[in-house]
Amino acid sequence: MSEMKNYTLNFGPQHPAAHGVLRLILELDGEVVERADPHIGLLHRGTEKLAESKPYNQSIGYMDRLDYVSMMCNEHAYVMGIEKMLGLKIPERAEYIRVMFDEITRIMNHLMWIGTHALDVGAMSVFLYAFREREALIDCYEAVSGSRMHATYYRPGGVYRDLPDKMPQYLKSKLRSDKKLEEINRNRQGSLLDFIEDFAINFPKSIKQYSDLLTDNRIWKQRLVNIAIISAERAKQLGFTGAMLRGSGVEWDIRKNEPYSVYEKLEFDVPVGVTGDCYDRYLVRMEEMRQSTRIINQCVLWLKANPGPVMSDDHKVTPPNREAMKDDMESLIHHFKLFTEGFCIPEGESYTAVEAPKGEFGVYLVSDGANKPYRVKIRAPGFPHLASMDEMSKGHMLSDVVTIIGSQDIVFGEVDR
Amino acid sequence: MWQSLVDSIHNLIPWFDGGLADVVIILIKGLALIFPLIIAMAYMTYAERKVIGFMQLRIGPNRVGPLGLLQPFADVFKMMFKEIIFPTKSNIYLFLLAPILAFVPAVAVWAVVPFGEGFYIANLDVSLLYVMAIGSVGVYGIVLAGWASNSKYPLLGALRSTALLISYELVIGFVIVTVVMIASSVNLNTVVEKQAGGILNWYWIPLFPMMIVFWIGALVETNRAPFDVVEGESEIVGGTHVEYSGMPFALFFMAEYFNMIFMAMLAVLLFFGGWHSPFEGIPLLEGWFEFVPDLFWLLFKMSFFLFLYFWIRASFPRFRYDQIMRLCWKIFLPLTIVWIFVVALMTQLHIGPWF
Repeated sequence: MSEMKNYTLNFGPQHPAAHGVLRLILELDGEVVERADPHIGLLHRGTEKLAESKPYNQSIGYMDRLDYVSMMCNEHAYVMGIEKMLGLKIPERAEYIRVMFDEITRIMNHLMWIGTHALDVGAMSVFLYAFREREALIDCYEAVSGSRMHATYYRPGGVYRDLPDKMPQYLKSKLRSDKKLEEINRNRQGSLLDFIEDFAINFPKSIKQYSDLLTDNRIWKQRLVNIAIISAERAKQLGFTGAMLRGSGVEWDIRKNEPYSVYEKLEFDVPVGVTGDCYDRYLVRMEEMRQSTRIINQCVLWLKANPGPVMSDDHKVTPPNREAMKDDMESLIHHFKLFTEGFCIPEGESYTAVEAPKGEFGVYLVSDGANKPYRVKIRAPGFPHLASMDEMSKGHMLSDVVTIIGSQDIVFGEVDR
Repeated sequence: MWQSLVDSIHNLIPWFDGGLADVVIILIKGLALIFPLIIAMAYMTYAERKVIGFMQLRIGPNRVGPLGLLQPFADVFKMMFKEIIFPTKSNIYLFLLAPILAFVPAVAVWAVVPFGEGFYIANLDVSLLYVMAIGSVGVYGIVLAGWASNSKYPLLGALRSTALLISYELVIGFVIVTVVMIASSVNLNTVVEKQAGGILNWYWIPLFPMMIVFWIGALVETNRAPFDVVEGESEIVGGTHVEYSGMPFALFFMAEYFNMIFMAMLAVLLFFGGWHSPFEGIPLLEGWFEFVPDLFWLLFKMSFFLFLYFWIRASFPRFRYDQIMRLCWKIFLPLTIVWIFVVALMTQLHIGPWF
């Protein structure tokens, strides 16, 4: 009789559920996973090395491209690192704008996650419903930065510019009737803040729609409950952060435990799971969306009441305004120096971390006093999550692997960097 | 209706001897069935995309022809002109036999479907057995496809389908047994005729749980969401279809849709009174709707079930393979067996108008 062998399956890198370019070598016994071996590096772009060869302020754009579904959170960590090393104070309005966009980003990320997670588990419609709301948030990105994804909106010293007074509207087209046009432009009549406020009012209804489709759905529960249980202890050992850690019942959120920016002044709760299975992580993320909406509401109120500068006036670091640059010799020199040489950072090192939607996103900067970083190390939350793939999927079936990938919320931009 | 057609053909070509004329008639009957079936299948794909598009806030196909109505033809031509790719080291004969084996039974089962009173191709006395028998052959197509592709995802799909289809064949078989017990006939015509006399005489009332089991079984048998683990796009990419392209793939695709339409049809015939009008026996409405042909009612009820396919597909996540098996062996099978006894008891005691 011939020897029994495990069935080796090459899951990806071109696979509908691989979330990009995950190559997973699965050893199967029938359909039961014996071993899962993730191979990474297919999206490696050398971000850390590239950042070493450029002035500090020119690498912000790379941060967007790390975790390309939570762009501004990545920028936040990097920009905060620079500000920390320079000892730069930034205007409070800029902090509020940053926090508001961090939370918008969190919702964007979670919408992407709920859509793809549900699609992986087989529920098609949630994906399209989630993208309907995501579109509005992407429009907010576009309104402030001109770019729908890779915003480069946060700059050392504040944010690129103040929030626009007018929300861009849809234009007439032969595919849209006037009535339809009026309807889709209804919440775009005022400023960007009005638009975001309107979104924050309506968004809980959308969340309810997703959870109507999923939360109590028997099939959804059968597919998620008790899949890939990670105990609190083990989650800490594996280096989990974010919803993965909170899903296991560890109350750890950098926004609460080591507050940065203005999170201290804002009210929100941190949802925590109980068993640490995929279903708990699902519930945690759904609740996070509701909490983010709360934060956005508070930020909108504050921002409406407190106009002011959004950029520090230390022109060694931040560009002077355009008019001054045309008028004033010193400003012209600042401008020229800033956009050619950048700025130098005193010798030293710093680690700054933010609570990105996926977990702790940290940037470790080492400066040797030059205008370029000596070393940039990025701590991507997805990496330790993916590293536990083997442990999480062992003993589960092939279909569950897909659920687990969805539940980990992996994005390869940050894992491979 | 058929008889007049037969007579007219005999009159038209009087020099034919009886045997040859019969062959011609059979061929014409076959074409008269297959052609509308193919059109129905083509527009079912269109309807599916439109209905699901509507449910998902999309538009659906609207580029080819007015309202996208020519989209099915565009799809067909695309399929026809695509290259047929044979995977390395696959068995080409089996590889090509598989789609044929899937397609032929999917068409053949239609031979016994009664579309109206005396409106059928063949009136077999054992038509329900024929349906079961021919229906089972279709599994071989999928299994062979998985085996002959010499590829790993198709093999997994084939293994899944083997287990699933065989298990659910059992469940559907038991459900059909309950119908047969009530109708005391295995002839589809008789089954439908026995349901005459209004909506309350249809078998969905005494067999309500069986109807639901049957419909879920039908979803599994046709590999539709939420039981589409054989194809399981996000798990095993496309299952048995992975290595197929062009017309061989189109045959699988058509077989799946023929089976879907057939299962919807069978649900109507077994539980919803076939071609009978729902207003039969209701004093006023019966008169008002008398002009509506039988065929309309049959297709109307069938369309509802087809819509149900789309609706379910747009709503539910996919089951895991072992969960479907558990559903079959631990829930449906005991339930159907119990219901057989319940039906036996009801038949003996003559409860209700059905027995």
